[in-house]
Amino acid sequence: MFSLENITRIIHEWLNSHFNPTFALLSEFILVGLASITLFAVLGLSLVFMERKVAAVMQIRLGPNRVGPKGIFQTTADTLKLLMKEGLVPDGADKFLFSLAPFIVMIVAMLILAPIAFAKNFQIWDINIGVLYLSAVSSLSVIGILMAGWASNNKYSLLGAMRSGAQIVSYELSAGLSVLSIVVMTGSLSIKDIILSQENGWWIFKAHIPALISFVIFIIAVTAETNRAPFDMAEAESELTAGFHTEYSGMRFALFFLAEYINIFIVCAIGATLFFGGWMPLHIGHWHSFNHIMDFIPSSIWFLGKTIALIFLIMWFRWTFPRLRIDQLLNLEWKYLLPISMFNLLLMTLVAIMNWHF
Amino acid sequence: MIEEIGRTTEGDLIINVGPQHPATHGVLHLVITLNGETIKKVEPHLGYIHRSIEKMCESLSYRQFIYVTSRMDYLSSHINNHGCALCVEKGLQIEVPLRAQYIRVIMDELTRIASHELWWGAMAMDLGAFTPFFHAFRERETITDIMEKTCGARLTMNYIVPGGVMAELHPDFQKDVQNFIQLYKSKFEEYNELVTGNVIFQNRMKSVGIISKEDAISYGCSGPVARASGVICDIRKLYPYDIYNKVEFEEITETEGDSFARYVVRLKEMQQSIRIIEQLLGNIPEGDFQAKTKAVLKLPKGEFYQRVETARGELGVYIVSEGGTTPYRIKFRSPGFSNLSALEHMVKGLKIGDLVAAMGSLDLVIPDIDR
Repeated sequence: MFSLENITRIIHEWLNSHFNPTFALLSEFILVGLASITLFAVLGLSLVFMERKVAAVMQIRLGPNRVGPKGIFQTTADTLKLLMKEGLVPDGADKFLFSLAPFIVMIVAMLILAPIAFAKNFQIWDINIGVLYLSAVSSLSVIGILMAGWASNNKYSLLGAMRSGAQIVSYELSAGLSVLSIVVMTGSLSIKDIILSQENGWWIFKAHIPALISFVIFIIAVTAETNRAPFDMAEAESELTAGFHTEYSGMRFALFFLAEYINIFIVCAIGATLFFGGWMPLHIGHWHSFNHIMDFIPSSIWFLGKTIALIFLIMWFRWTFPRLRIDQLLNLEWKYLLPISMFNLLLMTLVAIMNWHF
Repeated sequence: MIEEIGRTTEGDLIINVGPQHPATHGVLHLVITLNGETIKKVEPHLGYIHRSIEKMCESLSYRQFIYVTSRMDYLSSHINNHGCALCVEKGLQIEVPLRAQYIRVIMDELTRIASHELWWGAMAMDLGAFTPFFHAFRERETITDIMEKTCGARLTMNYIVPGGVMAELHPDFQKDVQNFIQLYKSKFEEYNELVTGNVIFQNRMKSVGIISKEDAISYGCSGPVARASGVICDIRKLYPYDIYNKVEFEEITETEGDSFARYVVRLKEMQQSIRIIEQLLGNIPEGDFQAKTKAVLKLPKGEFYQRVETARGELGVYIVSEGGTTPYRIKFRSPGFSNLSALEHMVKGLKIGDLVAAMGSLDLVIPDIDR
């Protein structure tokens, strides 16, 4: 049966049988690096295309349909155009920080890819504190955004960056708490263990209503963390023109733009891993024959399917909801989401201790 | 560094919103003084699209100047033309045939719906929701198609001439309008589902940009902006022109005076417009579409004033004639100008997001303000 696991195993064995172990490890590092850069580009391009098509469906129009069959090369063409554009640095901007900011945002997005399990035994780095690593690294992106806003020497950028700072720092809390609630259930921070613990059913079904609540909070919080509508305060087109990346052009802008989509992919992948079992096929308790049939679908398909479904959900938000105001945004977090998720964590702990879940 | 990013010594941040900015829907320039996110002062700077339409009108004949006025408030160009034509007719004491009056009023109301549709989409876009814009345009396209079929133009129609309308209706007119009404009624619920009922939308609109009844009167607000504060000011009811005194419709008023009230007033007004069209459409009388007038119009010496209710409020047309073939002086009282003047009063102490919401709910058309 087709499995990504076999490919990596074959490469690993071939390298080890032909070269000494140090060189084999080194070439594996390089291969993984190249693969993740490729993945980065492919994901960015395909998600931008998906967003434009989803928007088109919501807005009763066709969307891109000229470049390539069904317009699938539209985003590639756009990126090529951005590559060829002059990257302008405005007068009075802090040139070093201005150029550095998009790379920080991008590097953070790439770092978070590391512990995500794309398929069965297909993971860049199975770190034992995977979930902690994810929460820690993902909050670094705010530094890039603040840097961009400050270095641009533009008032709109500065306002956008300040909003973004306040927003990401606050929503990090409830995202973290809802992630914790799943950690409480599994008793492990490792992504691999979390997925394996869902072998007889996904947590969203197994852990009753508390899991549902924490999933809803998670989705709201990560939408805010990735600066997506209805929480796109940092960009807020009709208020701050383009927020923190107002002054960016060319490839520097493209890096921000692509990083946004990579971040969406990553948070949806995390959501799929925690609540929907990652690559784990749909298993229901003791229905062995059903479970067996489900196992025939490759694990990478399961993972991608769940992730894309969540991405669609987030895109759906963007194209139907109006934007919140900055004070309403912070009220929502501090007055509603945070207390609810704290209480929910207690509830989850109770469920875990009393073994009320399936 | 602090001085470099434009803070004044008092710690205020001064930002230029516009003349090129997505929220101003045109070339309006607002200089806003901020304390953090809170607005301390809003100062509109006008004149970026001033084309001296009033002066231009003075060198055009009474037949010609009407076309220039389409370019003032381009979203209700037909109603602008209507006001000017009525003013000229008042001076010449022309009796407009009943058929022409019916056609004019139906077209007026179609224009009003088209304008409100565009506003609805733009309003939602100001608040960050892009999809409603396309939904609004779906219905608006039908109206512009009807207009194109009737007089060849989709936006600046120039359909009205002194003494009636320029051409006979298209044979399909009644059927097309009937189809539009059906389409509109079937889609109206969608508007409420997508936008009106949305919690985020309501939170952004309610208790934001409040203007009291007294303030609305003293700032000279008119149209939906004033009616949302409870001012009874519908020119169609108070000073009926053409056959508005024969049709039944309600003047929509709300009492809150906030952005949401202005939103609700416009939505309900669209339905009243549909009601007016339905009453008139079936019984357009036979007859001439244009009164017989002289080739060269000369208004007698004197001053003439006519007001009409455009989609944005009260448009006043004031003509001073010296008895020649061109007006001696023309002055337009445009609704957008007075409504804009109330903006600072509405948004002082609120957030930037509220400024955008309040500005959207005022339904400003910048060429109407600058002329």
